[in-house]
Amino acid sequence: MHIPTQVTAESPWAQAGHVIVPHYAELIIGIIAFAVIYALYAKFVVPRLEQMYDERTAAIEGGMAQAEEAQAQAAAAKQKYEEQLTHARAEASRIREDAKAQGATIIAEAREQAGTEAERIVASAHKQTEAERQQASVQLRSEVGAISTNLASRIVGESLDDETRRRGIVDRFLADLESGDVKPEKVGSTGTPDAGAGN
Amino acid sequence: MSATLAAAAAPHAAVAADGGFKAPGVADFWQPLVGQGAFAFTRPALVLILSVGLLGWFFVSVSRKLEVVPSKRQFKAELVYGFVRDTIGRDVIGSKDFRRFLPLLFTLFTVILVNNLGGIIPFVQFPTFSRIAFPIVAALIVYVAYHVVGIRSKGGVGPYMKSIMPPGIPWWIGWFVYLLELVTFFITRPLTLALRLFGNMLAGHLLLLVFTVGGEYMLLHGGNIGIRGAGVVSFLFTIVMTLFELVIEFLQAFIFTMLAAIYIAGALAEEH
Repeated sequence: MHIPTQVTAESPWAQAGHVIVPHYAELIIGIIAFAVIYALYAKFVVPRLEQMYDERTAAIEGGMAQAEEAQAQAAAAKQKYEEQLTHARAEASRIREDAKAQGATIIAEAREQAGTEAERIVASAHKQTEAERQQASVQLRSEVGAISTNLASRIVGESLDDETRRRGIVDRFLADLESGDVKPEKVGSTGTPDAGAGN
Repeated sequence: MSATLAAAAAPHAAVAADGGFKAPGVADFWQPLVGQGAFAFTRPALVLILSVGLLGWFFVSVSRKLEVVPSKRQFKAELVYGFVRDTIGRDVIGSKDFRRFLPLLFTLFTVILVNNLGGIIPFVQFPTFSRIAFPIVAALIVYVAYHVVGIRSKGGVGPYMKSIMPPGIPWWIGWFVYLLELVTFFITRPLTLALRLFGNMLAGHLLLLVFTVGGEYMLLHGGNIGIRGAGVVSFLFTIVMTLFELVIEFLQAFIFTMLAAIYIAGALAEEH
């Protein structure tokens, strides 16, 4: 198929001057070649690639929008937590203040209560002492009466027990003794007339 | 087919009929496969058709299953597409209008890039755009495109012709500036667009040819060890120049597409 150079040199197209003369067949083939490629690109290649570029741009922009949304959400969450933290701090300090106040109140109340209790105890002690004293005095009175009666009966020589109980001589005597009408050393001498008058 | 390609890849014979060195020249860029005349099917045409098949298959199959998170293959396709889309299309034309010109810009960039890279790909080893017909086609497409865009955006041929005049020029110099602008718009732009690409590809490939063929001749037919050594150095230079070509091939595809975008942007602009 290939023709050696020596033979082709005979063709006018092989002459040096023809190098700037466009070859007809090559012109036609060149036009067809460019037309074919242009048609293929314009119909199949470029529209699809451009569509893909658009999709890619949309995907990237979508991704960016998502990222922005996520950032906004994160910022909102942060603000919320900070607000909650501030609230919690305020709450804590309020609770501390309350506790302090309450503590002071409790101490004051306890002090007051303790004071009242102490007064109550002192008062009850006083009462008890008084009652005991009263009881002792009552007991003493009856015992002194008995002893006196006993003593008097021994001195007089006869038992006055029944009669004295009936007549309340001893009581009368003791009442007189308390009121100061009778001197204790004169019990024996003045007892009888006074006892008679008391009845 | 591959045997044909391989044979055609190095059609130049370093040894002439008289036994002396025959330097590679522009005649070596004429590589017909079928026929000899103006309608011969040439090897660059075959390379261009193969590149169309490769590009069409790759990008159509990739775009058939696109995902927001790209696969490895989609990532590679997006690397090229994103470069044309963002660096050339959006940054030059502006984010409002650039999308409708993407098929055109992407076509120009990929077809030119793949065919340029063919200049250093083993067994292809021919930059298609070193054949003037192909840069002319590419420049013609851009030429038609930016004029049509201009006429449409200005609302008719008349307003478009008026818009070519740069604003704020005094009348006594205005006619001359307008003449220059007309030449720029209708002659210089398409001409430079086509010739820049064509010239770079032709010269670059010729340089590689000279180093390769010259190196081969010196190594095989050199009279002494020094000349044979120079042949080896020549091959080393071929490797360096191949890497250099790689940069040029990418750069030319980029410049061509960039200028196309700039011309379209200019046609879209409110003022000149």
